[in-house]
Amino acid sequence: MRYTLTILCILVSQSFLFAQDCSNILLGEVIDFHDKTPLTDAIIQVRGNKKQVYTDEFGKFTLTNLCNGTLELEISHPECTTRFITVEINGNTHKKITLEHHLEQLNEVKVTGSTITETNSAQEKILKTEQLERFGSSNLGDALKQINGVSSLNTGSNIVKPIIQGLSGSRILIINNGTRMQDMEWGAEHAPNIDINATNKVTIVKGAAALQYGGDAIGGVILLGQNRIPKKDTIYGKTLLNGVSNGRGGNISTELTKAYENGFYIKGQASYKKLGDAEAPDYILSNTGVSQFGASIDFGKLGFESGWNAFYSYFDTNIGILSASHIGNVDDLITAINSDEPSKISSFTYNIKEPRQSVKHHLGKLKYYKRFEGIGKLNVQYDIQQNHRFEYDIRVGDDKGKASLDLKLTTQTLAADINIDAFEKQKFSFGIVGRYQENFPDPKTGVRRLIPDYEKVDFGVFATTEYKLSDATTLDAGIRYDYSKIDAQKFYITSRWEERGYDEDYSDIVVSDRGTQLLVNPKFNYHNFSASAGLKHKFSNENQFRFNYTLAQRAPNPAELFSDGLHHSAARIELGDLRIKSETSHRVSASLGKNTYTWGYGIEPYLNLINDFIFIEPTGVEFSLRGAFPVWEYRQTDARMLGVDASIYNNWTDNWRTDHKFSIVKGVDRSSNTALINIPSARLQNGIAFTKQEWHNFTIGLQSEYVFRQNEYPDNIMVYSPQQDQEVELNINTAPDAYHLLKLDTEMKFNLKNSKALTVGLGINNLLDTEYRDYLNRQRYFTDDLGRSFILRLKFNY
Amino acid sequence: MIKRNTIFKNIRKASLIAFSSIALISCSDDDDAPEEQNEEEVITTIIVKLTPEAEGTTLTLISKDDDGSDGPNAPVVDVEQLAANTTYNATITLLNETESPAEDITLEVEEEDDEHQFFYTVSGAISSTEYTDMDEDGNPVGITFTLTTGDAGNGTLGVTLRHEPKKPNDGTLADAAGATDVEQTFSLTVE
Repeated sequence: MRYTLTILCILVSQSFLFAQDCSNILLGEVIDFHDKTPLTDAIIQVRGNKKQVYTDEFGKFTLTNLCNGTLELEISHPECTTRFITVEINGNTHKKITLEHHLEQLNEVKVTGSTITETNSAQEKILKTEQLERFGSSNLGDALKQINGVSSLNTGSNIVKPIIQGLSGSRILIINNGTRMQDMEWGAEHAPNIDINATNKVTIVKGAAALQYGGDAIGGVILLGQNRIPKKDTIYGKTLLNGVSNGRGGNISTELTKAYENGFYIKGQASYKKLGDAEAPDYILSNTGVSQFGASIDFGKLGFESGWNAFYSYFDTNIGILSASHIGNVDDLITAINSDEPSKISSFTYNIKEPRQSVKHHLGKLKYYKRFEGIGKLNVQYDIQQNHRFEYDIRVGDDKGKASLDLKLTTQTLAADINIDAFEKQKFSFGIVGRYQENFPDPKTGVRRLIPDYEKVDFGVFATTEYKLSDATTLDAGIRYDYSKIDAQKFYITSRWEERGYDEDYSDIVVSDRGTQLLVNPKFNYHNFSASAGLKHKFSNENQFRFNYTLAQRAPNPAELFSDGLHHSAARIELGDLRIKSETSHRVSASLGKNTYTWGYGIEPYLNLINDFIFIEPTGVEFSLRGAFPVWEYRQTDARMLGVDASIYNNWTDNWRTDHKFSIVKGVDRSSNTALINIPSARLQNGIAFTKQEWHNFTIGLQSEYVFRQNEYPDNIMVYSPQQDQEVELNINTAPDAYHLLKLDTEMKFNLKNSKALTVGLGINNLLDTEYRDYLNRQRYFTDDLGRSFILRLKFNY
Repeated sequence: MIKRNTIFKNIRKASLIAFSSIALISCSDDDDAPEEQNEEEVITTIIVKLTPEAEGTTLTLISKDDDGSDGPNAPVVDVEQLAANTTYNATITLLNETESPAEDITLEVEEEDDEHQFFYTVSGAISSTEYTDMDEDGNPVGITFTLTTGDAGNGTLGVTLRHEPKKPNDGTLADAAGATDVEQTFSLTVE
């Protein structure tokens, strides 16, 4: 750096000697404000002139043939705030320009390259606004499946939980606008309470390497973010309208942003979705409609040195559960598995009847940050969330229309962290977080509580660092400690208490004996440690290697500990276990990739060894006078996940591109050397796309998805069938056949006056109307999956 | 700069308040025991009383599940041997024995007979059943019925009570739909 400066000084001083009008040179340098990293590909535009230049890989640019006087420049970079500066030209001039390269709202740390990543060495992928907009009528889980290595656990078509490299539920953190979502992520039928239309950008970190968000993300972290709001006087917005043929409905979503030059902004957004019964190729999937409303407001003042913002969002969803999946007992389940068609098919309707679920989620956040010169940036954040979940079963008599599950989960979090980015080669980050959570299951339901009353306190501290070994190699490391305390009050049926053997191990927590039931007060403390270390190496601008090791521990969630009894909407008895302890994951991952204009690839192998892995599996049936119900029990074992996500693309010409992705994961129970339950099948995706910019940005793409049969699943269980009066094999684990789906998508964009634009898109899902069932759809026992669907999209930018 | 510092102070104040409110909340209502919840209208006992139309002894079939449908214990079934080629007049009784004295749930079924129906399925040495009672609309209810045995051997009698079934129906469970209140199969010996 000093060497260049010397040269520049010589240049500048020489310019005095040879100063001539209109043949001067401006030699500029664009660097990051914090770590002085040169910024490649920044655009320098001379105001009132068509002259435009780019910085080179050392952040340098040259403007020639300049006259003496004042020159106004606009400097922009894809990841930075645009700056306007004036330069006094007096002979050959040198100018050093700093850009604010840190996106305040997202608190991003890594800056070099063209996309900002959340971690240094972890496997990471991003979905941008345009990709998300295609899923506006769908949901987050479906959108995330575009990312290689992400699949989903479904309960029908509207309850979709993401699975990252074979892991889901409490092992995946969802960070919505900087706030960790607390939305009862346990259970297969608890989808994330997220309105995809309120999100502009999604980053997936596979594995727990993003320690600043939590140490228990054994599966990964999903970060939902917003686009950067410009610091200028402007108003802009967009409205999206989707029409969906399968379900005969659609959604509308609109957002508007007003920003001021002083940094103040306000952004509002709302969306509404309504779909009726979905359809399989041969029949209607009765009672699978959905109606959903979401709205959010975000305002604040974002300055370079300090800023604040307030955010509030509301999400309300009402989802029907397939009528045919509401079974009475084990014989109904045997019948359902053995028959091709669902037992109940009614005509199409928009009405959502029981069984159904309804969830309301409020999220409020306040954030403040301040930058201290020569140190770094301090963030303080408080957030409060309330998740209120109702599950309605088919009930009769006086209970008709009454919820059979009513859980209210309230969470408050206070967090502070400081990012120290003043050093050229090293960055540090320290943080502290405190959280208080309360669950209230309303007894008005008249049904024994599946999840008890509890209070939970969490406390966490972390420290992470990044060290730039050379221009090509960066190392990172982090540690985190989390303490959790859970204090529950729960009723157990005495016979269940004894059957579980709790009368011997937990007799000291019994508060009172009410005859057939016991009130107990379990209190558990968990101390969890996590740590991460990795490196990133760039062989060249185009070739990159990453390696990461993460140790992560996750405390059991309330469902894993306390579930007890008949889950009516699933018609199964679910049993947690008070003895369950934290699970510990050791995960090693690597990624090797190349990214050029003509072609690129990525290969991402990983190994995740999870000790005391917590999972639920069918173990048998229990009999009562209401019939026999399948029993699903939580259990711990040592597990191994070994997998790879691979992708390759090729731009054959400027117009034609092909994309190929493959992902596979093998899940093994190491103690018995058998297959784990609910491990996603291998998937192969191939796509071909044609783009012609001259025809209003015309694109058309055909995507093929081949999902292999999951050949590795646990053995089925034998159950006694009262109707058949004998033991029969219940094919509850047998995986359905492989399937192949085609998807077509086309889009055109029309630029209107005053930088307005209209985008029109048409998508066809399941183009061939293929009948299929997916291993990870809980309703696969009862019905085929969705048939063909046409989706017409209109987007208006203004 | 001064302004910024005030904002910062205010934020610090706010965060202190937030912290203390967390602390306060976590200290409160710790000892409030939640309300006890019992499964509503639990049926613990099914009794089928069989009286031969002609001469003979009255028999009873009993299935008893003390911990209800949520408990781990299976119902205990007690049956007596039936006589071959005999028609019995049968009456079914449902009890909730978690209460004392035991509550007779059959009375409730009788009161709301238009919303209930028992279904009987037979196999083996049990030949058939016939309804002998009706609700106000003339549809069968099944609190009383007749049961006919065939030649000696083994057989089963399945008893299902459906709440809000489709009425009238074709006599099969599939057609009737509704919600299952009771389902029990008795394995029987006919001598």
